Amino acid sequence: MSNSKGKFGIYGGRYIPETLMNAVNELQEAYLHYKDEAQFNEELTALLNDYAGRPSRLYYAKKTTEELGGAKIYLKREDLNHTGAHKINNVLGQALLAKKMGKTRLIAETGAGQHGVATATAAALMGMECVVFMGEQDTKRQALNVYKMRLLGAKVVAVTSGTATLKDAVSEAMREWTNRIDDTHYCLGSVMGPHPFPTIVRDFQAVISKEIKQQIMQKEGRLPDAVIACVGGGSNAIGSFYHFINDSSVRLIGCEAAGKGADTPLTAATVTTGSVGIFHGMKSYFCQDRYGQIAPVYSISAGLDYPGVGPEHAYLHDIGRAEYVPITDEQAVRAFEYLSRTEGIIPAIESAHALAYAFELAPKMGRDKIIIVTLSGRGDKDCAAIARYRGEEIYE
Amino acid sequence: MSRITDAFKNGKAFIPFITCGDPDLDTTAAAVRAMAENGADIIELGIPFSDPTAEGPVIQEANVRALSVGTTTDKIFQLVRTLRADVKIPLVFMTYANVVFSYGADKFFAACKDMQIDGIIIPDLPYEERDEFLPACRKYGVELISMIAPTSEERIDMIAKEAEGFIYIVSSLGVTGTRGQITTDISAIVERIRAVTDTPCAVGFGISTPEQAEKFAALSDGAIVGSAVIKILDKYGKDAPEHIAAYVKEMKQAVNSASERTGKIN
Repeated sequence: MSNSKGKFGIYGGRYIPETLMNAVNELQEAYLHYKDEAQFNEELTALLNDYAGRPSRLYYAKKTTEELGGAKIYLKREDLNHTGAHKINNVLGQALLAKKMGKTRLIAETGAGQHGVATATAAALMGMECVVFMGEQDTKRQALNVYKMRLLGAKVVAVTSGTATLKDAVSEAMREWTNRIDDTHYCLGSVMGPHPFPTIVRDFQAVISKEIKQQIMQKEGRLPDAVIACVGGGSNAIGSFYHFINDSSVRLIGCEAAGKGADTPLTAATVTTGSVGIFHGMKSYFCQDRYGQIAPVYSISAGLDYPGVGPEHAYLHDIGRAEYVPITDEQAVRAFEYLSRTEGIIPAIESAHALAYAFELAPKMGRDKIIIVTLSGRGDKDCAAIARYRGEEIYE
Repeated sequence: MSRITDAFKNGKAFIPFITCGDPDLDTTAAAVRAMAENGADIIELGIPFSDPTAEGPVIQEANVRALSVGTTTDKIFQLVRTLRADVKIPLVFMTYANVVFSYGADKFFAACKDMQIDGIIIPDLPYEERDEFLPACRKYGVELISMIAPTSEERIDMIAKEAEGFIYIVSSLGVTGTRGQITTDISAIVERIRAVTDTPCAVGFGISTPEQAEKFAALSDGAIVGSAVIKILDKYGKDAPEHIAAYVKEMKQAVNSASERTGKIN
């Protein structure tokens, strides 16, 4: 989908300081070398299957489907992966690639802490040093994940610059990479940043849609009518969409975090409310003011709390291949509670954004239709925050 | 002829940087005049950006301070128009790609021409992406300054061959900010640049003392100083211009000694 300069239509590119150019070019060369190499793919598949627990299940949510009385709802259970989210798919790929490139140190940004925990996990497994940058605010909201990263042997740096959230963690990780390149790989957590990251991360996450396709053909003998996933930077969404992009009968729907509402300033719905800009190494949609200053964003979900979106999503939006819908905190929390009660599955609050839209859409579709929702992560990490949202103080 | 390149004709150049609007635009105006009167050869005017990924803490905080008092691209353009009544040395903008992109490249560089801005430095616009703005820069006669880093290696020839105005040599890995030591082999980079172009080159990132300015001006064609100027602004606020005047004078003298030492005298 992208050309050699890493452009998706007008989006993407490599808008980074000269200091990093050789590093991203080297990464691109290494990736092109290894991506089709049998040995690399064998090693990666072994890691994904034996260590991370792939393939993840495609679960028919029968009770939910019957209660809602419309399209059949299937859940792609990325929450059952080791470390509890889809993040591990990308991290194992990048860590293995970094190791082949002779790197001994991984750095990463993290919002909710899922990507940080996944990176710290891969670093522990492969005997690499690991430093994770996390907004100071997020280290407080997700103290348990900070502890987990330390337990796994990573160093966690609390970022105090800017708004002290995910975007600042990305900025700080990029700064650190310019400071130490020789032995360090920046293990970016989403389909964003400079080329080749949006392509590499997509390819490592595309295992999600590859499996969905095989599993649904086995179970239903046909393609689904819609695939729904939440979108922050957009890695689980692009992973869920990728092998369906050429199947025009399959609706691809990304659910953005609208926070208190896409018509309020307390939102992170980038495609819905943002405009085209250049930031964090890529041209894409960003929440920004008219002078290009990046806007502070808000969502109950620390993992979707990012003012941009991956360039391939911007492109899929522009060509009309994928739809992007805003989902508020309240809608997501209701879906979080509904799935817990109905299926006995506590979803990540990020994934609950996708569930919310699926629950809205399913009753409007016939019983012969099929919706697949990617459950990108598990919700244990969110329980305290959702309890607080409902006015209940609990202590972890 | 390039006014920027001309600024290197009479010896080594001293190039200070200032973040516009820190702590306010009146102070910026006074500071720019103080720099021009005390020997600055070119001045870099920073247009603040909310998330300056190539900057260390000192300039990051200056950006925050400038934006917090409502500094905008349009207000900075107004400031430059006023300054151009008496400030005649070359002025270049330093800002991030999104600031130019969101303003509209054509509109941005048309305004630059109108207010006699000579060039622009965009740290997140590498050689491979320069076509984003190069056509508009050419159309309005604004030189797009190229950067070369310690990691550039075999990229140097490609970048230097097409460079215009001057070449900004990034002294060290990492972000902007004062440094005790700079360990990069600047001479080797300069030698490689000079093999392919006559475009002058100046060294920045980490330079704060007269000793460093003299050393790196001697190795190249000039010295660029940012964070050290911002520290004076942070310390003295609205009273900073007189201190900046004294600092620029001292630094220009150091750069002049480098000119004398290397036989490149006024």
